[in-house]
Order: sequence, then structure tokens, then C-alpha cells
Amino acid sequence: MAIKIIDKDFFNRLKKNKGSMAGLFIITFFLFLAIFAPFLSPYNFDQINEGALRLAPFSSHGELSFLLGTDDLGRDLFTRLIFGARISLFIGFAVVILSVTVGGLLGLIAGYYEGYIERTIMRFVDILMAFPSILLAIVVVSVMGPGLLNAIVAVSVVSLPSFIRLVRASVLIEKSKEYVQASRSFGASDFRIMFIEILPNCIAPMIVQATLGFSDGILNAAALGFLGLGAQPPTPEWGIMLADSRAYIEGSPWLVTLPGLCILICVLGFNLLGDGLRDTLDPKLRK
Amino acid sequence: MLTHFLKKMLSLIPTLVGISIISFFLIRLIPGDPVLLLVGERGADPEVYMQMKKNLGLDLPIYQQYFHYIGNVFQGDLGTSIVSKRAVTEEFFGRFPATLELGVCAMVFAILIGIPLGVIAAVKRNSPLDYILMGTSLTGYSMPIFWWGLILILIFSVQLGITPVSGRIDVIYDIPHLTGFYLIDTLSPTVINEEGLMPFFSALKHLILPSIAMGTIPLAITARMTRSSMLEVLGEDFIRTAKAKGLSSTQIVIHHALRNALIPIVTVIGLMFGSIITGAILTETIFSWPGIGKWLVASITSRDYPVIQGGLLFIASMIVFINALVDTLYLLINPKLRQ
Repeated sequence: MAIKIIDKDFFNRLKKNKGSMAGLFIITFFLFLAIFAPFLSPYNFDQINEGALRLAPFSSHGELSFLLGTDDLGRDLFTRLIFGARISLFIGFAVVILSVTVGGLLGLIAGYYEGYIERTIMRFVDILMAFPSILLAIVVVSVMGPGLLNAIVAVSVVSLPSFIRLVRASVLIEKSKEYVQASRSFGASDFRIMFIEILPNCIAPMIVQATLGFSDGILNAAALGFLGLGAQPPTPEWGIMLADSRAYIEGSPWLVTLPGLCILICVLGFNLLGDGLRDTLDPKLRK
Repeated sequence: MLTHFLKKMLSLIPTLVGISIISFFLIRLIPGDPVLLLVGERGADPEVYMQMKKNLGLDLPIYQQYFHYIGNVFQGDLGTSIVSKRAVTEEFFGRFPATLELGVCAMVFAILIGIPLGVIAAVKRNSPLDYILMGTSLTGYSMPIFWWGLILILIFSVQLGITPVSGRIDVIYDIPHLTGFYLIDTLSPTVINEEGLMPFFSALKHLILPSIAMGTIPLAITARMTRSSMLEVLGEDFIRTAKAKGLSSTQIVIHHALRNALIPIVTVIGLMFGSIITGAILTETIFSWPGIGKWLVASITSRDYPVIQGGLLFIASMIVFINALVDTLYLLINPKLRQ
């Protein structure tokens, strides 16, 4: 019997955790901006307003007004930031999906089958972990060429090891439990034991890791964008916006400040939620 | 202990072989022809091209190239940079002190501030101060350091004008290359006789902002780790005994709790070497710091294959060795784990 981890009590406990509620609020806010981006701004993210270059926040040019000012090409900064939320959340989501499926599957196999399969997978993990994350991502991108999708693949490769190790560790614990032996004695197939019996019981740590994977994904992809190896202009990606405005740091500091602030707050939101989820899901901390 | 260490070293061999295979073949996958880069893309004489290819050993089957490469690595030859025409090892060790100096300063910053913050948060558990400290450290942990570096420049260099924007030292000073660590080299007798302490302070000033930028995430990790490790220790019986003996709370926290809590903290700090290199790549790019990180990014942009390959091999092997060393040290300082 699989133990139900996400029950009614779970949400009550999560509600009491102030940090995770703050994180959830931040994520919902960015999600709202991302989904309704085209309705929240009269401008398009690559719309160039001639003569309205690097205007300060709350300023206007003729009949046009700009909430957070404009960039060096006269594009509305607020519009670019909310479209940037779309891109960053999409990156985070894609990275998590990729690394959860691939990492989870490899971890499940490594934990379930002992012997050379496990050794091969774990050796692969050791090797991946020997390369500093951003360096590995940079090399993967330079092999595949810069671009948003390639950056997503690179960042996912980098986050694979933590998922593989985590799932393997929980499978190793679950495998020796009685319910697994019972279903084996009923003649259940390996496939059934792995995916229907064991996997649901490894979900709790995976949820926590996936939430933290969101923040890592967003942060690493933004770093690649900043180095010119991620999404390419005119994509309104926060990392690129930061790199593009570096030259104007003295004259127009808001161009540098705001995109980075968006990255920081968004990443912080996922980290707050992940921390809270870990505390809530950890059976040791339950009363 | 020694046998454990030797066993550990032996178990690293497959990982090291894997690292060498990855750094060798990954580079081969990068689009573009390194020979063309050498002879120049336009007007390359086919004969010169073939000769160059042969000189580089690129006409051999790929597995032979790999064994050839590994053979050279064991002789300390990692190839020659295409851009600078200097040996990769020479370039690496020429720049490594800059990264190491920055990394050490960043870690000192992280440890000197992170451990006290974690201790305070643990002692004042669940108080407003604890929430503020842990909220701040989670913010630090979430920090995009490439942005943080720019904000530090904006505040301290552009607005306040108290710190330099980039580089390791003011260009007017000519520092002899003794150790490669400017904080040490500027204190050499010749420099002090000629210029006094000014070069030293110039080097120190240049280190402040990059160290803060690079040390922020390690600081946050150290503070969080210290807090949770302290909380665990503070709940144990020997702390209650110490209280019963009538020791002052400062004595208990520092002599009894922190000493025991330090073991996991030291491990976490030791394992941070990888994130130091990651931090170096971004920090050095922002502050034009002439170290390994900036060099690697530049070589990837200019497709300097031998440099990327050698750099990857160097850094990954170093991380593997350091992690193994930390593992062994962990056994050494924690008698409970020894069998």
C-alpha cells in the first residue's frame, strides 16, 4: 500500500508555514504577469519607440507613458520584464520536466537494479558532478550552439545528478520495505513494482527537489543569457536584458537594476516554497 | 586511515577516465574546424592545411587521438593554445593564483560572516532576529551573482566612488611575479622599498567587491548550515549537562556547541570548491579579473579547443581530488565515523 503523503493535513500544515506562503504568493504574482502579459501592457516587447530612448521610470514621451521607463532602443521596460517572466517560467518548467523525467527514470533504475547498471549510472553522475554547473552548461551550449532551447537542455543536464541521486536513495529505502516484498510475492512485474508501488512513495522528496530545480534552472539559464549563450536578442529574457544594459549602468541604472531584481525575486519565491515544502513533507518534523 | 585514503584514490580512477573522455570528445563535437582556425579561414593552401592537420595529429582515427592525448597529459603536456600559442599548462598556472586569491578572500568573507550569523540565528531560534537573518540568507542564496556584482559596482564604485571597477591592481604599479598572489607579492621588500604600502592597499581595494559578489552564495550556505547544525547540537544531552554545571551561555555556545557543530560545516565548506569555480566564471567576467573563469569563457567564445579541453580536465580532476580529500578529512576529524 502506498502511503498518501499529500493529504488534507498537508495543506493545513503548508498554510501555517509563512515562508512557503510568501513563496507561493511571489510565484502566483509572476505567473499572473506571465499569463496576462499581452493584456497588461499597451506595447509589444520588441516595439521600438523612436525618440524615447532610456527614459527614466514613470516618465512619458509625447502621448506615450512608460511605467518603468525605456531601454536603449526605446522599448518599454515594463513590457519586456513581464514578457521576460513568461520566458523564465517556461525555462524553469521545461528544465524541471526534463530533469524530473530523465533523472527520475535513471534514479529509479539505478536504485531498483543493483550491479553494473547501478554502477554505470552512478559513475555517470560522479563524472557530471565533477564539472562546475555553469562551466558544464557553457560547454554543452557551445557544442549545440547558443539559443533558448539548447540552453534549456544544457541546464537540465546540469541538474540531472541531484535528481538521480535523490530518487535512487529513496528507492533503496523503499525497496527493502514489506509492501514491496509482498507485491513481489504476488508475482508483480518489475515494471509494476517500480512505477506503481515504489515511485509514488518517492514523490515527496521529488516535489521538494523539483521546486528547488525551478530556481536553479531560472538562475542558470539567466546566467547563460547574460554570457550571450542562452536566448538571443530581441528575446526579452532577463539575463540578456541585463547584459545589454551593462554599458548604461552609470546613466540609466534602472535598466540594470530591474531585470536582476526580477530574477532575484522569482528565484527567491521558488526557494521559499521549496524550503517550506521540505519542512512540511519531512516526517521527522511532524508532530 | 592511509588504506582508506589509498582505496578512495583508486576508486577515483574510473571517474577521472570518464572526465578525460568527456573533456576530449565534447570538444570534438563543437562545430568548426580547429585547423582552419589555425591556418586562417581564407586562402588556406591545401598542402599547408594537410601538414598542419598531421602536425596536430588530427589525421589519426579518433580513438588514437584520444590515447595520444592521454599519453601527453601524463607527460604534463596539455597542448598549446591556438590564440596565444603558449602551452595550456603555462597559461593555466599563470592565471590560477588570481582565481585562488579571489576564491580564498571570498571564502574568508563567507566564513567570517556566515558562521556568526548562523550561531546567532540558532541561539535566538524562532525570534524575529532569526527570521530576518534566515530570510536574508535565503535571499543571498537566490542571488544572481552576475547582477549582484553590477549592483555592487553601481553603489560602491559609481555612486560612492570608493572602490575600483575592475582589474586586480592600479595599472601604475609594477608588481614582480613571485607567488602570483598580489596580496603577498605587494609586501615583498623590493615593492615596499620603492612604493611603500600603497600597492598592497590598491590590491586589497580591488579584491573587496569581487570577493563580496563571489562570497555571497557561500555565505548564505554557511549561515544556513551553521544554524541547522547548531540547532541539532544545542538539543543534545551534554549541553544540558553544561547548563546544569552552571556554565555561562557564551561558554556553552562557543566551547561546547559550536565545536561540535563545526564538523558538518567544515565539510560543506570543503565541498564548495566547485561552486567557487562557478562563481569565478561569472564574477571574473563582470570585474575583468584575469583568472581562470574569464580565460575559459574567452576561450569558448574564440573556440580555443586545447584551452577548453585542458581547462575542463584540470578543474574537474581538481574537484574530484578535493572532494576525496574532504571525505578523508571528515573521517579524521570525526572519530565517530572511524571503525
